[in-house]
Amino acid sequence: MSELVITDLKVSVDTEDGPKDILKGVTLTIKDGETHAIMGPNGSGKSTLAYSIAGHPKYTITGGTVTLDGEDVLAMSVDERARAGLFLAMQYPVEVPGVSVSNFLRTAKTALDGEAPKLRTWVKDVNTALEKLNLDPTFGTRSVNEGFSGGEKKRHEIAQLELLNPKVAILDETDSGLDIDALKIVSEGVNRFRAQEGKGVLLITHYTRILRYIEPDYVHVFVDGRIAEQGGPELAEELEASGYEKYLTAAV
Amino acid sequence: MTLTDTARESVESALEQGPLFSHLNPPPSYDLADHPVPHGREEIWRFTPLKRLRGILDGEASDATLTREATLPDGVTLTEISAEQARELGELAPIDRPSALAAANAGTAVLLDVPAESEIAEPIVLRLHGESADDLVWGRLVIRVGRHAQATVVITHTGSARYSAITTVLAGDASNVNVLSLQDWDDDAVHLGRDAIQVGRDASVKHTSISFGGDLVRMHANVEYAGPGGSAELLGLYFADEGQHLEHRLFADHNAPRTKSHVLYKGALQGQGAHTVWIGNVLIRKIAEGIETYEENRNLVLSDGCQADSVPNLEIETGEIEGAGHASATARFDDEQLFYLRSRGISEKESRRLVVHGFFNDLIRKVGIPSIEEQLLTTVEAELAKNVLRDASFVGSSVPGSEAR
Repeated sequence: MSELVITDLKVSVDTEDGPKDILKGVTLTIKDGETHAIMGPNGSGKSTLAYSIAGHPKYTITGGTVTLDGEDVLAMSVDERARAGLFLAMQYPVEVPGVSVSNFLRTAKTALDGEAPKLRTWVKDVNTALEKLNLDPTFGTRSVNEGFSGGEKKRHEIAQLELLNPKVAILDETDSGLDIDALKIVSEGVNRFRAQEGKGVLLITHYTRILRYIEPDYVHVFVDGRIAEQGGPELAEELEASGYEKYLTAAV
Repeated sequence: MTLTDTARESVESALEQGPLFSHLNPPPSYDLADHPVPHGREEIWRFTPLKRLRGILDGEASDATLTREATLPDGVTLTEISAEQARELGELAPIDRPSALAAANAGTAVLLDVPAESEIAEPIVLRLHGESADDLVWGRLVIRVGRHAQATVVITHTGSARYSAITTVLAGDASNVNVLSLQDWDDDAVHLGRDAIQVGRDASVKHTSISFGGDLVRMHANVEYAGPGGSAELLGLYFADEGQHLEHRLFADHNAPRTKSHVLYKGALQGQGAHTVWIGNVLIRKIAEGIETYEENRNLVLSDGCQADSVPNLEIETGEIEGAGHASATARFDDEQLFYLRSRGISEKESRRLVVHGFFNDLIRKVGIPSIEEQLLTTVEAELAKNVLRDASFVGSSVPGSEAR
């Protein structure tokens, strides 16, 4: 089972003019097997939510709690959060020159499991995961994210999702910059992940397009650091037709 | 100045037949008078702590030598030649006082000769070893690789000495030469080395300088071209610990058209008083149309109390080129890289190890000598064990006490 509970989360970020509040009290529970989509205009704090849960040092938690299966996530270091079962697919994955994808994946798997994966099955697992995401087998020898195209970066993130198999996946605008073929490949990967029992997904997106391929159980509209409205998949369709206009006007 | 002199000068400058003129590099000369004893404020000496040269600049004669063990594949010869013979072979003249003193005081020179059209697959290895930092040793080496020949030369320095050497690499037309100099001295060694490379027409030369040990190491890697079409790749790796001064000075003199130079030096610093200097000078002469040059220096600061100086310089006398650029960066660990790795469950310590490993691996895989590449990875791991793996208490991306110019 997996349950991610976010309660009244408040987050600020340091700017030149002092701390700026980004999240102003976010409450959200992702239960066993649920997929939640968070939609919202640019600058509404969607990515801040993702990075705060993952523990990025840039963000300061000023209030609220986050728990995963009852454990206090905010008290954990970044790597402890991952080992507890959280995974963040990043919008802008970072280049790590000189570290090969296969070395990186093996090191991550070893860290998560507490022991090195069995070589024979692991190599097969990696090749299968890469293949499913339409990544060349030589991909493993390339440096992590270095010289990857935008699409390769996102597909590499989802290959990691499948190989590392967390409890809860947070996908930060995984759909941005993808053409329709890449979007389908990436969505299939996410769907394979969530087809397993008890996996939670928090899918952050600006566009409704990806929700045609990954159907959410719940949709939350994020405006100015808060959830302004929530509902089922039909809310996404409504947004598709009318956009964020009415929420933005209301927020001013 | 007479009218004739003026006319001759302008013809000389148009044809560039005069002596090398560069704002940053004194003209080469065997004459000691052309290389006065520095006082420390000269452009070429301003980063070097002269006191720690421990009398090398006084230029005393000395009979001390480094012991030399050589692995010479068939066809390669190593012989002693006279100073006159070295010059006749086309040795490249000294560019500073230590190299001029080495030429003046070494007595004889050593010639490593690879005949034309021979393909030597196995690395040629010269292992130089010093017994004591009390020994003052002058070295003079000429490496000649004939036209169309292919060879890899590895020179290692271990033990201790006060050593000043002048080394010339003459890469024949269309030759393919890979030279690596490893400075793996004991803590008290002082090493001043000038490697100068003449790249033949259409030849391809790789030169790698690696500095781990020694109290003070100051290495020059200079390149010039005997004809058009030559290409040089200059690589370097250094790891400065507490109190060490490691200095690498590069000079690519594009004196022929359609030549290439590509420079990549990477260094790490850890411990109080660790100081690294990287000077990357490039001169593109009027004649050097269609050339390509790029130089890059990256420094990773692993602890407080270190200083990394990094100075790229470009002198351009023609705009008719393919490309010229440089980059220099000195920083601590990249927070975003560490966050990315840690967000996959990898511990902070292991993430740091991966980042540094990757930082150097990126360079080591370019060296092109498999046996050395493996040894270098091991040495880097051992250096990391001294600090990065031991202590994970420093974080952040600001770099107090270091500067990048």
